[in-house]
Amino acid sequence: MAVRTGGVRGAALEIDAVTKRFGAFVAVDDLTLDVPSGAFFALLGPSGCGKTTTLRMVAGLERPSAGTVSLAGRDVTHAPAHRRPVNTVFQSYALFPHLTVLENVAFGLRRRRARDVRARALEALELVELVHLAHRRPSQLSGGQQQRVALARAVVNRPALLLLDEPLGALDLKLRRQMQLELKRIQAEVGITFVHVTHDQEEAMTMADTVAVMNHGRIEQLGAPADLYEHPRTAFVANFLGQSNLVAGTVVETLDAGTTLGVDVAGVRVRVPAARTVAAGPRVLVGVRPEKIRLLGGTEDAAGGDNVLGPGTVVDTSFAGVSTQYQVAVDGLGTFGVFAQNVGGATVHPPGSRVHLAWAAPFTFALDGHEEVAAGTVDLDDEP
Amino acid sequence: MTRLRLGGAVVPVFASLGFVFLLVPIAYTVLFSFNDAGKTNLVWRGFTLDAWRNPCGAPRVCAALVGSLQVGLVSTLVATALGALLAVGLARARFRGRGAVNLLVFLPMATPEVVLGAALLTQFLSLRLPLGFGTVVVAHVMFCLSFVVVAVKARVATLDPALEQAAADLYATPWQAFWKVTFPLLLPGIGAAALLAFSLSFDDFIVTNFTSGGFTTFPKFVYVSATRGIPPQANVISSAMFVLALLVVVVVHVVSRARRPR
Ligand SMILES: Nc1ncnc2c1ncn2[C@@H]1O[C@H](COP(=O)(O)OP(=O)(O)O)[C@@H](O)[C@H]1O
Ligand SMILES: [Mg+2]
Repeated sequence: MAVRTGGVRGAALEIDAVTKRFGAFVAVDDLTLDVPSGAFFALLGPSGCGKTTTLRMVAGLERPSAGTVSLAGRDVTHAPAHRRPVNTVFQSYALFPHLTVLENVAFGLRRRRARDVRARALEALELVELVHLAHRRPSQLSGGQQQRVALARAVVNRPALLLLDEPLGALDLKLRRQMQLELKRIQAEVGITFVHVTHDQEEAMTMADTVAVMNHGRIEQLGAPADLYEHPRTAFVANFLGQSNLVAGTVVETLDAGTTLGVDVAGVRVRVPAARTVAAGPRVLVGVRPEKIRLLGGTEDAAGGDNVLGPGTVVDTSFAGVSTQYQVAVDGLGTFGVFAQNVGGATVHPPGSRVHLAWAAPFTFALDGHEEVAAGTVDLDDEP
Repeated sequence: MTRLRLGGAVVPVFASLGFVFLLVPIAYTVLFSFNDAGKTNLVWRGFTLDAWRNPCGAPRVCAALVGSLQVGLVSTLVATALGALLAVGLARARFRGRGAVNLLVFLPMATPEVVLGAALLTQFLSLRLPLGFGTVVVAHVMFCLSFVVVAVKARVATLDPALEQAAADLYATPWQAFWKVTFPLLLPGIGAAALLAFSLSFDDFIVTNFTSGGFTTFPKFVYVSATRGIPPQANVISSAMFVLALLVVVVVHVVSRARRPR
């Protein structure tokens, strides 16, 4: 983490072996997390995986059933919420309906008897471009505006740690992008430690310097966005962070002095870098990202060293502007997703075409073969 | 077509009859406040403003009114403060026997007033408490309390618990969170409960009659003088109270409409 000079430094957050049970239900399961001071940290996971519960334990609104929470090296597990230098942007905004927007933003400053309350609150409102609505009540604002008030109300206190629970969920795409940049700017400017909870993998990857992927109350994998994307260690991460094509295979040989594994996939030999293989035994899931695959028509040949699967039939071709997205049913293996960038002059394969799939062997990864192929795939009707 | 028109006429006709039924006694009360009454204010003897010019003219009528106002104000204050706290506690805190307390709070509303009054009288007598202003207030607080609790609890139930948590997150101590967030949001409910408590207390005759001894409230005065003839001044006071209540309702309505977000 780069050391920042000047201004308030954010505090490091350590969550150590924290478990939260609601009756018999385990919402957060033996979770350990280190968020360095000044980090922009994203907690990414599907709805119901325990993200909000984790934040609430950090904020002091929920007591862990076990484990400790430390801030800047101090154990705060049992400190009440109002004594923690932590502010939260709540998923439901939780704005005070009887106070004006300005008084909502000023609330934290007034409780701590800060100086220049009004000026600072207005400054925070300027940050979220809501000064002109300072004297309205929250009920007179749109969902997106309320969310920005909630953000201003938290940021204005310059806490050591800012917790953001899906803070951009109600914004439309354009404002969302704008606020993402704004949040990154604020974070860089004030050096507050941010823990940003989201179920939007794109948001997590574009904003955070570290992403923790959470599933069923546990951290599946943690790392820099590019690292998570290129080196997923579980099927859940491979599917939840972007998309992946996963097929079952068996390791049958070691090649190139142990740096490459030869894997049998339904009778075809596929080469996988040993460094990108997680599996313990010979049973693996061979994976490749859709944008790495090229489609070869009848006459084209794969380059040497490519992995090739097929033939298969194109079942769907959708033009999406920057890319064309294909669904290819490969005989005996199932359906593959393929993204072909629109670089111009590329052949478009209409549905019904017979094609082979080819990709450079180093882009292949392999996961433990006992995992569920569909883990972490997003249903269309999933909660937003 | 005809049947439809007939059906359409039935509702307004019955509604008007209902209104007449509701309003005739009130109209009668107001009308007879202008009666040139002799010994009894039972038959119309002609229009006069005498009673309105001198509402305290009849012996003891104003003393009774002042008594009622005093009892009403004190018991409203006590019942509202206690009831609001009880309501917040019952709605928020989790403790053993919470269900039982909820039920017990409901009981005085379900018990016939005569029984309540008689029971209170027995209690006061066995405690050797002198009957008067104090015992009336205790009795009124007792039966108003349930109504306050029920009214305020309904308001607490509509409060989002996340608001208090947000306050705590923004450095408010539990005490500050209550006074800065919870209390202002409950205020309309508490105000409504206080109005209800006052009108219940002001109105009460049965329990008061059991527990007041020599102390007289306005309803008791009216009841007692009914045997000798109610003076038109009692009608004046009733009419004034009616107009006052109407004004309160109108003002509350107008204010709440003005404050509602557009
Ligand atoms: N107070 C509670 N009582 C019982 N179950 C709860 C409570 N709060 C959360 N849960 C459960 O814990 C799980 C995780 O919830 P949450 O942390 O809100 O998930 P997320 O924010 O990731 O969507 C959910 O299954 C939810 O139903
Ligand atoms: Mg949540």
